[in-house]
Amino acid sequence: MRRTQGAAYLFLSPWIIGATLLTVGPMLASLYLSLTDYDLFDPPKWIGLDNYRVMFTEDDRFWAAVGTTVRYVLFSVPLKLVLALAVALLLNRPRRGGGLYRSAFYAPSLLGASVSLALVWRAMFASGGTVDRVLAAVGITTGGWVDQPQYALLALVALAAWQFGAPMVIFLAGLKQIPRELYEAAAIDGAGPLRRLVSVTLPMLSPVILFNLVLETIHAFQAFTGAFVVSSGRGGPSDSTLLYTLYLYQRGFTDFRMGYASAMAWVLLVVVAGVTVLLFRGARGLVFYAGEGR
Amino acid sequence: MTRPLVWHVFVVLVLLVLLYPVIWLVSTSFKPAEEVLSGLALLPKAPTTDNYTQVFGGVGGFSVWHYLGNSLLVSVGAVLGNVISCSLAAYAFARLHFRGRGPMFGFMMGTIMLPQHVVLIPQYVIFQKLGMVDTFWPLVLPKFLATDAFFVFLMVQFIRGLPRELDEAATLDGCGPVGTFRHVVLPLLRPALVTTAIFTFIWTWNDFFSQVVYLNDPSRFTLPLALQIFVDQSTQSAYGPMFAMSVLALVPIGLFFLAFQRLLVEGAATSGLKG
Repeated sequence: MRRTQGAAYLFLSPWIIGATLLTVGPMLASLYLSLTDYDLFDPPKWIGLDNYRVMFTEDDRFWAAVGTTVRYVLFSVPLKLVLALAVALLLNRPRRGGGLYRSAFYAPSLLGASVSLALVWRAMFASGGTVDRVLAAVGITTGGWVDQPQYALLALVALAAWQFGAPMVIFLAGLKQIPRELYEAAAIDGAGPLRRLVSVTLPMLSPVILFNLVLETIHAFQAFTGAFVVSSGRGGPSDSTLLYTLYLYQRGFTDFRMGYASAMAWVLLVVVAGVTVLLFRGARGLVFYAGEGR
Repeated sequence: MTRPLVWHVFVVLVLLVLLYPVIWLVSTSFKPAEEVLSGLALLPKAPTTDNYTQVFGGVGGFSVWHYLGNSLLVSVGAVLGNVISCSLAAYAFARLHFRGRGPMFGFMMGTIMLPQHVVLIPQYVIFQKLGMVDTFWPLVLPKFLATDAFFVFLMVQFIRGLPRELDEAATLDGCGPVGTFRHVVLPLLRPALVTTAIFTFIWTWNDFFSQVVYLNDPSRFTLPLALQIFVDQSTQSAYGPMFAMSVLALVPIGLFFLAFQRLLVEGAATSGLKG
């Protein structure tokens, strides 16, 4: 026992060092820094809750970033999950080449996080780009999405939704777990495809839907690369793509307002944790766990 | 039940629409300058490798190989770090008894959800004081300290699935925890290690946020950074070379994907990896 105790700490030592020096320590430090004015070069100056006060009452760009991020999360997450579920339902039948299709649909999940694809998006959604031309061909003139405040965020939403492959494969795994007998029973009761989807598939899949919803929401709050690349780091036009993390980056690493950026990080943490709790609470009664005997 | 043929045709059509941006990217990288933004046609009318020649000739004062090398160094370093440190921690959490295991495990799980922004600035300050800003250390060193809790969890789950009898047999044969880890657990852990390695590589390769924070000197730029800077410095006429460089940046991901697609898809399905 003594021997394993010592060995255990030996095995854990990298993690313990990392957790202490790179997680717990920095968390405490960032909480402290959030109460200071700190530019990285001079020692931090204690200013109490001033960063938070300025953020909430005086900083218009902060609220712009909040608005942009909330809109981004509200549009991209449901769109992504609906696409993921739709494609999962489409692929959830034993057909030749099923595995190949599954992989092909998953590919954007890996590619889409790159700067390369963000650049493709920028070009495709620019004035005169592919999307502009296709829409013009059917009589809709937008003049490009990424250059216009009212459409720019939509291009980012599309980029996020395009990466639906990861939730899709989780949905597929969930669909496999649903017993066939349930569908057979439903069919005997005269349920059509839509009825079977609503009464069998969705309830049986609800824990997986919740899992994907929580994961994608947390993920969406932290989106960065697409917005940075599409707007060249500025979050424009007119702050329409100024996602929260992009503004945090600007404050911390362009303006060297490290205290302010730390305060923003804590607000993000509290909001993400709060939203996660709300999702779990709100899902009570909606999520069906087989074998719970309700 | 729709007929198989109809189904196949439909799925392929959806797939073509979905993969259009990728196909467009590759084909555009072979278009001459005047064709790049002038039409929807996928196939270049006069295919050319000029864009690639130009990119290989150097971007921002360094050859593309230089940036590729930087990206490779960071990614391989991160892979090594994660594979070593996460497997060590996972073995301790899954199999060994020690004081404080419960709370430590709980904390480790909690850090999976922690936005990196909360620790970003103090970490930056630490690396700055250590003189490591503008080096690859801030991108690699944390991986050797098992900060990617997600992979620790993945391996803990995997080790819990291995029969305990094997550990006990090893103990009877005189193996201590270190011997058991080396001779029993590590070989059996291979699938989880491979999953970790592949995802770490792809995520690090794609990771733009940490790289843009820590690297300022063009000689240290990774490929995504070089690409971003290149775009901001050039005019519309440089679109062709930009796409050529974008394609190059995707090549390693594409290769990993082709080689391990089954494993990647299953890894994502069983564990909720974000992809």
